[in-house]
Order: sequence, then C-alpha cells, then structure tokens
Amino acid sequence: MTDVRTASPTPFLGLSVERRYRFVYKPLVFLACLIPLVWMTCALFGWFGFSAGVDQVKFLELRCGKTALNMMLLTLMVTPVRQLARLPNLVRLRRMLGLFAFFYVLLHFAVYLLLDVDLDWHMVASDIFKRPYITLGFTALLLLIPLAVTSTNRMMRRLGRRWGRLHRLTYVIAILGVWHFYWQEKIDVREPLVYAGILMVLFGYRWIRSPKMWAVLAPLRTLRSAPTHPAPHTKPALPVRAQTERALGASGVCPTSPNGP
Amino acid sequence: MTTRIPRIAPSEITPPETYFNRRAFLSAALAAGAGATLGRAAAAVVPAAAGAPLQYRYDAADSVGALVHAPDQDETPNTWEQITHYNNFYEFGIGKGDPARYAGQLQTRPWNLAVAGEAEVTGSFPLEKFLNPYALEERIYRFRCVEAWSMVIPWVGFPLAALLKQFKPTSRAKYVTFETLYRPSQMPGQRVPILKWPYLEGLRIDEAMNPLAFMVVGLYGRVLPNQNGAPLRLIVPWKYGFKSIKSIVRIAFTEQQPQTTWSVAAPNEYGFYANVNPNVPHPRWSQASERRIGASLFHERQATLMFNGYAKEVAYLYKGMNLHTYF
Repeated sequence: MTDVRTASPTPFLGLSVERRYRFVYKPLVFLACLIPLVWMTCALFGWFGFSAGVDQVKFLELRCGKTALNMMLLTLMVTPVRQLARLPNLVRLRRMLGLFAFFYVLLHFAVYLLLDVDLDWHMVASDIFKRPYITLGFTALLLLIPLAVTSTNRMMRRLGRRWGRLHRLTYVIAILGVWHFYWQEKIDVREPLVYAGILMVLFGYRWIRSPKMWAVLAPLRTLRSAPTHPAPHTKPALPVRAQTERALGASGVCPTSPNGP
Repeated sequence: MTTRIPRIAPSEITPPETYFNRRAFLSAALAAGAGATLGRAAAAVVPAAAGAPLQYRYDAADSVGALVHAPDQDETPNTWEQITHYNNFYEFGIGKGDPARYAGQLQTRPWNLAVAGEAEVTGSFPLEKFLNPYALEERIYRFRCVEAWSMVIPWVGFPLAALLKQFKPTSRAKYVTFETLYRPSQMPGQRVPILKWPYLEGLRIDEAMNPLAFMVVGLYGRVLPNQNGAPLRLIVPWKYGFKSIKSIVRIAFTEQQPQTTWSVAAPNEYGFYANVNPNVPHPRWSQASERRIGASLFHERQATLMFNGYAKEVAYLYKGMNLHTYF
C-alpha cells in the first residue's frame, strides 16, 4: 500500500516510505528493542562476560522494570520528535515501542510473580492492596492491557475517534510507572526524579502545543499589543499530518490522533 | 555460658587448613597491616607449634564463650564472593556493587578509635590495642537486611561487651553511639548528601552488652574486606542490617537515645530499634519473608523469624515493649 504523497524526495534503496518502514526501519527497531532482553539473558547465564550480580532475581526485576519505563518514555517521545524533526512517518514505529513497553512490563511482573514471591498468592494480594508502590505498578499493568488489545488495525478502525481517547491512558500509565519507580526507592530518588523530569518535559511539550492551552491563555494574550502565536511550529506540519493520516489510516496507525500518545 | 554445638561442620565452610591457623594469620595480617585478603600462604608462614596458642577451632576446649550460631542444617553460609559483592555501604555509592568497586581506596591503617561520653576510660586509641588475636572467635550469623534479603555469614571478631567493658561505662551510660569514618576523599558516596554523614548508629546499653552483639574484624577467617566495613564493624544479628554500622571510628556512651542516621532520614520507615520482626511490615513492603541471597533462581522465599531467629537470646530485652511502636 504505497502512497506517493508520503514518498521522500530522497529515495533510499529505491523503496517507498511504506516499504522502508516495513522492511528496514521496523525490523531494526524491533531488534533494538530486543537488546535489553538479550543482555539480561546473557547476564543471567554469565555469557560473554556479562553478569547479573549476586542477586539475580532483583537484577531481572529491576532491569525489566526500567526497560519498560524506558520504552514507555520512548513511546511518548515519538510525537515531539516527529513534529520537531518533521518526520511524520515516525508514528509508524510508535505501536511497536508501546507494545515493547507492555512486553517488558509483563516480564517485570512475571519475574516478580515467579521468582520474587514464588506464586505466593497471599503475598501477591497483600502487596497489591497494601503496598502503595505495588498498587501503582499493578494498576499501570492493568491499564496497559486494553491498550495492547486495541493496538491492532482492526480495533483502531472499529473504535474510530474513541481509540485516541482510550490511548490517552498512556499518559496515566507513564505517571504511574514513574511514581512506582520513585516509591520503591529506599532513599536515593535521583534516578526516578530524572524519569519524572523527562516525563514533565514530554507533557510540557504537549501542553504548549495544545490549542486548549492557548484558548485558556487567550485573554492574557489580548492584553499584549503584539500577540505571539505558536502557529509557526504547527502550521507547516499540518499538510504533512493530513497526508500521513490518510496514508496511515490504511496502514494501521491511529487515524484520529496524530497528537496522541 | 551459652556454648552451642555447631550444626554446620566447619569443614563445610572453609578448607580446614585455613581454619586451624586462623588466629595465626589474622594476627599476622593485622600486625603487618596487610591488605584485605590473606590466603593460606600467610597462614602457613606461622608454625602452629611456635608456642602461642594459635590453633582455633569451634570445638576446641579453649574457645569457651565462642557462640557459634549455625542457624539450620540447610543454611549454608554464603560464599565469599556473595558476601563481598552485594553490600549496602552508601559511603561508597548506593549500588550493591559500588562498595566492592570503590572501597579499595579506603586507607584503614592507621586507624584510631575514639571513645567518649559516660565512661571512665575515654580518649583516642589505636585500633591494634583492641585486636588481641587470642580473643578472636568466629560466629556464623544470619544477616537480615531491611530490604527483605538475607545471608548467612561467618564473621570473625570479639563480643562487643568485651570491648565496651574496657572503657568502664558509668551508670549514666544508657546508650552506646557508634560513628562511621567521614572521609569523602576516600568515600565517594559521602560527597552526595543522600544521608546525613557521618553515619550514626546506636544501641541501648543492655542490647550492646548482650553476648550476641559482636565486633567484627574478619570474614571467613580473613581480614575483613573494606566493602564489608573494615577495619572494625558492628554486627547485631537480631536487628536489620543497617544497625550493624561499618568502619567505626568513634564510640560514645550517652544518657540520651542517639539520633541514628536512618531513623533521622525516614523516621516513619526506620526506627531506633529496627529489630527483625516479621509482624511489623516496613511501610512500603512486607517483612514477613525474605529472599536468601545465592539461593537458586527458583528457590522459594523463606519465612522471616522473630528477632531473626535469635529470640531465645534477645527477646528478654524487649519484654513489655510494644514492638509496633518501637520498631
């Protein structure tokens, strides 16, 4: 399904954008997303000089959790990067990143369930209901399920406008994830705070770009003689966005919410 | 005198040749000011029949007072590698591997121990003064971290009470405060104000005098590695690991309960007592069970024991106290 209008002026391997993503970029990103898994496996078995340290369970739990968070933040970075770098097609990679975030969250939970608490359901239940940071993490996991389930092309088409609204849950999940990270830390919260900072930048970007924010600030702007408008950023992007939407409507990326997660 | 017959044969832990000459090479090492690890070669240098009572064994008649707590048959001690590469010693960084990575730069010689407060003997003393090799004994203790993991560790040292009595604490000495070295040039973790440095810990005087409270200078019959708190650390096996302060430079006898580091950093999470107690959860996680470090990947968690399994020896200290309040 090639759309000539999305074709880049500089041809690459003689492939259309569509094909380039399908046969080059997506497989590469897929492999890149598997690197943490491969690394953890090597560390676990002590291959190639990697080591999981003395406490392998904690190592796996922590690495899976952190990788999931990294994937989550990468997913949220797609929109700003595609807009600022004028690479609208990047959105085609977003679903894969999101699903990898889900994958690593599931691994994280599996390590917790099977290796850390050894299927002690009593402990799992008390953890989920009594330990706030686990409550947060578990909620994030639950919220990711509907997003993963509705990530198929068919579900996108079926849900239409509602798909975009549903997938705004990503923001909530990211906050829960970082909060979960922050809360499990014994005393040194520097790293979780870095994650929180990145998240704030990503949210701030969206806030600045959102028309609603400007509507709220409109009365303030009228007070000034020479109003400045953020349009210079958004305007040139619009036609491109319209194009990609059309192209992507068929290829399965969110048809309604290019500014979505 | 509580003397226990060990249920783990010493031969299961360390090669016998290391065992028999432990005192010899510990004293040799301490005297020579050698580095952290002294192998069997050092031991062999000192002939066993040189006159001094060098031999030290669990079952030796002269090791009266050697409390050997070998918890259970299946609780084999952790390996040297595990004990020395999985440490919480924030003075060297917060990662579990940081102490092993950065503690090598710490100069532990010369080392002075300052004694202050409500005692007849106060002042500053070279550490060697207290390291009488004849008094060294080995104790295999469970070690339970507040983070819900645990190990079994063969420490070498002497009873804390034996040390404290030398200073003749007065009747006003209700508490003992311990202080870790503050030396950011060699302790990179101290350049970051994660905790209030120097690290402070404390015990009630009766806790400190309990025979289980132990001053450690060695591990597995070798001189204590820096990352484990060289040259002198405390081990209070019935309390969470953070009470067992490392690299001690100062001991003070006080009338007031000391403001210990963790209880100041997060008063609702870490108390002054910090007794291992499966019934009092940490506000953010359960303390009912623990993961034994070094167990196989699919090894089940094990139940945490009251006072880390040392209830018989220490429960009397807390009679009538609400352990939920005094956690």
